[in-house]
Amino acid sequence: MKTVKRKSCMKTRLFSGISRIVMPFTLFFLVSPLFLLDASPALKKARLVTLWQPQAQFAGYYAALDRGIYAKHGIDLTIIPGGAVISPAEMLRSGKADFAVLWLASALRERDAGVQLINLSQVLQRSSMMLVSRKTAGITGIEALNGRKVSLWDGTLSLLPRFLFRKYGITVNEVRQSYTVNLFLRGGVDAASAMWYNEYHVMLESGIDADELNVLFLNDYGVNFPEDGLYTLEKTVRNEPQLTAAFIDASLEGWRYAFAHPEESVDIIIRHMHKAHIPANRAHQKWMLDRMRDLSGSKGSEHMPGVLSRTDYETLGREMKAAGLIRSYPSFGTFTGKSHEGQ
Amino acid sequence: MKANRSIVFRLILVISLWSGLIFIVVLGYNYHHSREVLEKELEKNAANLALSLANKVDAELVSVSKVTEGVAKALETADYDEKSLRLLLRETLEANPGIYGSCAAFEPHEFRKESVAYALYFFRRNGTTDAIRLDRSSGSLPYFYWDWYQIPFELGRKEWSEPYFDEGWGNQLMMTCSVPVFKGGKSAGQVRGIVTSDLSIESLTRLVSSTRILRTGYAALISRQGVILAHPLKQSIMNETFFSIAEERRDPGLRKLGQKMIRGESGFVFYKSLVGVKSWMYYTPIRSTGWTLAVIFPEAELMENITNLTMVMTVIGFLGIAFLCIAVFFISKSITSPLIALAGTSRKIAEGNFELDLPPIRTMDEVGVLTASFQSMVTSLKQYIRNLTETTAAKERIQSELKLAKDIQASLLPRIFPPFPERPEFDIYAMMRPAKEVGGDFYDFFFTDRNSLCFLVADVADKGVPAALYMMVAKTLLKSEGQRVGDPGKILCNVNNILAEDNENCMFATVFVAILDTVTGEVRYANAGHNPPLLVRSGSAAYVDAKHGLVLGPLKDSCFETGSLMLMPGDTIFLYTDGVTEAMNRDGEFFGDASVLETVGKASKTGAASIISSVGEELGRFTDGAEQADDITMLAVIYRGMP
Repeated sequence: MKTVKRKSCMKTRLFSGISRIVMPFTLFFLVSPLFLLDASPALKKARLVTLWQPQAQFAGYYAALDRGIYAKHGIDLTIIPGGAVISPAEMLRSGKADFAVLWLASALRERDAGVQLINLSQVLQRSSMMLVSRKTAGITGIEALNGRKVSLWDGTLSLLPRFLFRKYGITVNEVRQSYTVNLFLRGGVDAASAMWYNEYHVMLESGIDADELNVLFLNDYGVNFPEDGLYTLEKTVRNEPQLTAAFIDASLEGWRYAFAHPEESVDIIIRHMHKAHIPANRAHQKWMLDRMRDLSGSKGSEHMPGVLSRTDYETLGREMKAAGLIRSYPSFGTFTGKSHEGQ
Repeated sequence: MKANRSIVFRLILVISLWSGLIFIVVLGYNYHHSREVLEKELEKNAANLALSLANKVDAELVSVSKVTEGVAKALETADYDEKSLRLLLRETLEANPGIYGSCAAFEPHEFRKESVAYALYFFRRNGTTDAIRLDRSSGSLPYFYWDWYQIPFELGRKEWSEPYFDEGWGNQLMMTCSVPVFKGGKSAGQVRGIVTSDLSIESLTRLVSSTRILRTGYAALISRQGVILAHPLKQSIMNETFFSIAEERRDPGLRKLGQKMIRGESGFVFYKSLVGVKSWMYYTPIRSTGWTLAVIFPEAELMENITNLTMVMTVIGFLGIAFLCIAVFFISKSITSPLIALAGTSRKIAEGNFELDLPPIRTMDEVGVLTASFQSMVTSLKQYIRNLTETTAAKERIQSELKLAKDIQASLLPRIFPPFPERPEFDIYAMMRPAKEVGGDFYDFFFTDRNSLCFLVADVADKGVPAALYMMVAKTLLKSEGQRVGDPGKILCNVNNILAEDNENCMFATVFVAILDTVTGEVRYANAGHNPPLLVRSGSAAYVDAKHGLVLGPLKDSCFETGSLMLMPGDTIFLYTDGVTEAMNRDGEFFGDASVLETVGKASKTGAASIISSVGEELGRFTDGAEQADDITMLAVIYRGMP
């Protein structure tokens, strides 16, 4: 039962727990007849695996799904919520998903490990990761973290802070950060990792005022780590070029719709969260959607870049290679599947 | 009617407004005071209720934490192998039905040298206890990094986890109490492992949720991070925090309140509750977990009795004011309607209808007194007007009589000119213009014998009826004496003696009397205090040298000297009264002797009438319409000599 308890622990707050794949899958299947009825037989089935459980971080995809935008583009999409034990890259690799939401840094590492990933679209243009400390700790710059107790997530999420610590020659007393910020809230660490759109707001929602916190946006320290992007395998691009193109169009249209209709999109997200039995509150999802808009570089409701910047890509590739995080990285054209176009 | 409306209206307005105002103040004070009393009472009750609830909740939590601390203590003080650890955990679970699961987890190599990780978890399943090794179960995160392990480990102290839903326990709200096990005692500070107890907090939240407060009040529980644990808003439980609700409502006050609550403060506040109702809340911390327990009393319900009472009082009050207004309306009507009747009557009286009856006096109040006064005023007015009418009639009669007297007086003076057309040796003309209806001046001329023309001018002091009467006497006497005596001095002597006889009123007259011998041209004359006449000879006028003499009337036996002068043919003698010299213009200036002298000198000598008319014109020019103050009398004789 402790396993069960652990699941629950995770689900307490922000990060939903180790998810059950089957449950939401069947749920979506059950609620999709609406679209199935509308859908012409030509609808092509496709699966998207997200980085985490339903939340406004993926509002664009859920909005597109619920508003029939995928169906309009000829796709019968199923969204598979990711989680701690579901690696989107692994899902892609094993063919359990056709498309995945991945961070650029993760994608580069997968590519380095031999998975032929293609970046279809870059949704978030910059890193939203921050190191948060209480004002009383006096951490106003990254250098002040030297020798302090800092909690970091495992895996890809720790790439950027570790990269920066190395870059600035800082040694921190690292503590592994779990799925909550409770350790930080109770004073167990001097600084904690936080996503601007998520944990930071959780702290505010736990009664800490913004002016009680010092915030270091890692994005401000030299290297941009673009986060959520849409990926697929090279062979999918090759075999299903129409589906891939339709998927990109529909996803970006979904995002534009979400930014133009924030209240409705939050409703959609909360509905999905309730279905997945995930604690949800509007204020938090609204905050998350607003930050998504900021991070996506969206200007005005109808604007949504959604494209990976070559500079960002090459800078990150170079820095990661220099840091020994990857051995090599493909050309921008190869990585974005446009090498033949480029040449 | 306008005035009527305005007085009634003003009375009603002022009285209703003031009484309404007083009433509102009283009501307001009553409401406010009642509310204060209620609030004070409420704070006490709310505090008691909240504290007793908090204590109940706390007691259960404390008992679990004591058990957990006991297990940790046992692990600190004695060496346990796996078998004895299992026994310890199983017994703990069996002895404490409130605890759902109990775990002992250790740092690497701490429990058994060879084990990198060791965590043993005992839990209830289907009425029995079961055990698993957490270090062997699959999962993405080793147990070291879970909150239940990591937080107490990092902090080195007992910690309660944030509540969480556990679907394994029928989706119950669970919580874990974690106690560090120290190596070599707590003072050494090295944590060897963590002992936990899981418990369901469903019974606690149920206890809180089921607390009945009035009809719609409630008790609520929030965690130390503001998460809603027990609240009537079911959908917010574990979904919302106090702060997310504050954010959504854009209510910084609510956020501040939440911060006070999670800081472990107690307080009594009036606020808009999470269910959106204005309420009083007492909040107090639950010490062991840092939670906050709050009891909420909705204002509307609490104030229901006071509000109802106030409503009833308001209705009664306003009905009272309405009745008051009606009473005021009738009273002011009863005051103003006689006033209006009086006003109507007085307007008609003012128009001259004195015969109207005033409204009857019913009471002797101010209006009654006013009506009575008005009545007496009307009576006096009527009397006055009657008197005035009579007086006016009498005056008119006198006026007409005076007019008659004037006519008679005028008829007494010779008015036919030329009076002696058969006598060419002289020309005579005279005029008298009285200042009032009847005058005191007179002139006369008559023959005393065939060749002696007696002519005279007199001025009786004072004017009006007495002067006229005196003049009549004087004129009659002068004529009769003149005809009898024939000497001017003697005439005046005789007349004076007669007049002085019974002159009690001391009236007097000035007279100039002269007798012209029409054959010789000799003029004999006597003067009783009169203006000296003028002699006009060859174009220039001069005063006749006549002794002034005393006036006629006051003193008996006065003597009057007879003077004489010779008139040449063409000479004129001009007699006049002081009405001529003392004629006044608008500036109050006299015509004066010199002007008379000059005017007479320059006057045309074609006839006596022309002399007098030219002096009269000159006087008219001088006075320029100013009111005549004195009688004006002039007499002119032109001697032409015997033919």
